[in-house]
Amino acid sequence: MNTEILGIIAMFVAALVLALPLGIYIAKVYGGEKTLLDPVFNPIEKIFYKISGINPSKEMNWKEHMVAMLTINLVWFLLGMAILMTQQWLPLNPDKNPNMSPDLAFNTTISFVVNCNLQHYSGETGMSYLGQMWLMFLQFVSAGTGLAAAAILFKVFREKTTDKLGNFYEFLIKSCTRILLPVSFIVALLLVFSGTPMTFEGKDQITSLQGDTVNVSTGPAAAFIAIKHVGTNGGGFFGVNSAHPFENPNYFTNMVEMVAQLIIPLAMIFAFGYFIRRKKFSWMIFGVMTVGFLLLTIPNINMEMNGNPAISAMGIDNSLGATEGKEIRFGAAATGFWSIVTTVISTGSVNAMHDSTMPLSGMNELLAMMVNAFYGGCGVGLLNFFIFIILAVFISGLMVGRTPEFMGKKIEAREMKIAMIIALLHPFLILVGTALATAFPEHGASTLNNPGFHGFSEILYEYTSSAANNGSGFEGLGDNNLWWNITTGFVLILGRFLPIIGPIAIAGFLANKKYIPEGNGTLKTDTATFGLMVFAVIAIIAALSFFPALTLGPIAEYFSMK
Amino acid sequence: MKKHILPAIKLTAVNIVFFAVIYPLAVWGIAQFAPNNGKGEIIEHKGQQYYSNIGQSFTEDNYFWSRPSAVGYNAAGSGGSNKGPSNEEYLTEVQTRIDTFLVHNPEITKSEIPVDMVTASGSGLDPHISVQAAKVQIKRIAKIRNVDVRKLEQLIAEHTDKPLAGLFGPEKINVLKLNIALDKLSE
Repeated sequence: MNTEILGIIAMFVAALVLALPLGIYIAKVYGGEKTLLDPVFNPIEKIFYKISGINPSKEMNWKEHMVAMLTINLVWFLLGMAILMTQQWLPLNPDKNPNMSPDLAFNTTISFVVNCNLQHYSGETGMSYLGQMWLMFLQFVSAGTGLAAAAILFKVFREKTTDKLGNFYEFLIKSCTRILLPVSFIVALLLVFSGTPMTFEGKDQITSLQGDTVNVSTGPAAAFIAIKHVGTNGGGFFGVNSAHPFENPNYFTNMVEMVAQLIIPLAMIFAFGYFIRRKKFSWMIFGVMTVGFLLLTIPNINMEMNGNPAISAMGIDNSLGATEGKEIRFGAAATGFWSIVTTVISTGSVNAMHDSTMPLSGMNELLAMMVNAFYGGCGVGLLNFFIFIILAVFISGLMVGRTPEFMGKKIEAREMKIAMIIALLHPFLILVGTALATAFPEHGASTLNNPGFHGFSEILYEYTSSAANNGSGFEGLGDNNLWWNITTGFVLILGRFLPIIGPIAIAGFLANKKYIPEGNGTLKTDTATFGLMVFAVIAIIAALSFFPALTLGPIAEYFSMK
Repeated sequence: MKKHILPAIKLTAVNIVFFAVIYPLAVWGIAQFAPNNGKGEIIEHKGQQYYSNIGQSFTEDNYFWSRPSAVGYNAAGSGGSNKGPSNEEYLTEVQTRIDTFLVHNPEITKSEIPVDMVTASGSGLDPHISVQAAKVQIKRIAKIRNVDVRKLEQLIAEHTDKPLAGLFGPEKINVLKLNIALDKLSE
């Protein structure tokens, strides 16, 4: 078999094989069960609790959870603004990079607080090392926030009837120390020994073999790149993210980074089933997500390997595929694969420029973010999927003429309203944003790098990436200006916190309801039939909401090329 | 909300120390045992140091050329062209690159030019070219340097990086290493 295809299969299988035991480990961490790393982390966490004055055994209801989450996120936001706007004067700035403008700091801080990592700056010229370390801190805690939110959901469906759903701070700290940190540390070391820099010395100057003098940016990159993937953050240390030969030096690091970003979203699926003692339910979720993932991935790999027909028509050897914006060390296949993994999961790191991928590859990248629930980001992927489950339960319930139930809890009008609002919020943010930017050409069209349909796709991609908290981009877009920094900033906030609060509210309401034991008439939610139902709901919502916009962008571009 | 503010601030402080200071310092400490102390892998040649992973611009006819770059191989930054596949202006540019390549390599036919030689990489710093991209430049270099074609073919074979473990990923050639070897060959 072709070594490029074999490489992709190896990455996916390795991630899955590692995710199964990691899922059990995660479930044990949240359940407070004994794990291998207790001797290391029990004493460390005691220090955390003691200094912060937190009592981890004080359980919270869902509202207290959300207040705690929003409060600490606000602290991060304010501190982030202060650091990024003054980084020029702070230590660890060997390259003498300037302070951020208020609007860029606003966008960047929000983007890292909400686990999106949309970047309207380039790391080499726009961020001091202190700034990078601060962003790295946010990469830990924002991923931890998502995981903590998912842990609340876990708790709801394990207990029969309760409003005591654990302690938010405990979930947050454990997610960061016991899950994200060990995995990141291993990944960072693998990267360091494969050629990724980890130094504080600043730019180096060299004279090339041909005699040109060039500067080379380095930095403490390895630690950053590890958590960027493990936490599904995606923000690059260098401007071009994991396409940079320091950030991703060879095919081995490409595999490591790929596994690193897949592993926690996959593990969370299995952790859920293990935690609520319904393993089969996990396999239903995994099945639906994987079918969706493959339906997007396989065509992309194929299209990228086939290359650009317009270049093929020029009569050259096009057998390497679409190489514009790609790196030779990864090849077209692994790049096409990455482009979908990074968009279904909300990582948003890239190992090639998505702006230069084939029209329908671009469409699949967009679709992956529009659905945003095939695996999804750390913790939040599961929350997004939960909304679709609630919708599917309700519709199935109507079809068989029974009160809809999920895990022994009745789904009623209040839960359905929240689920519908959250399901429609995502298309609302994307389409309204795109419509506004398109309506004002001085803000939209004037910032584009490509004319015509592809230009429209650049606008659509930016808002989709923001609303999905993804962070990848059609990077041709000239996005460091007031319009893009502010509008995407607001889309980022709404696209993060409402899709966390909504599902947690539903779960909180369900937790208080009476538990109805399963009977013969209960809708089975761990079957292939129900999986198909969930998939249909996802497909219908995505298709109906986004098809018109996709027609104007990538689909029109595709037909204009033939 | 009030009762959460103080714990939130204190917890943030502890987290910063742990994740933004201790964690990177630990990685940095271990990096001191990595190749070139974690400052990026280095090749030395005639007293000069080069980063083996950072591509260099090779535009002179007596060297194997690198791929086109949107940032001119200036590693103070990085960037791709971000041109869409249907962009007319971009396609014209590719056509121009093909024509230029044929002017400098008159002994080859157009269908031999591999696509990586006329398209820009994502980072603008791609250190590699495909095997075909090296082979297609042999005749030009053999003529200018007055070296036997078979010697160059052998040089390319020696510098072809096989897929990882022979199983995963594409074959490729590091242009800088190849050109250093080429210089040594001519000495």
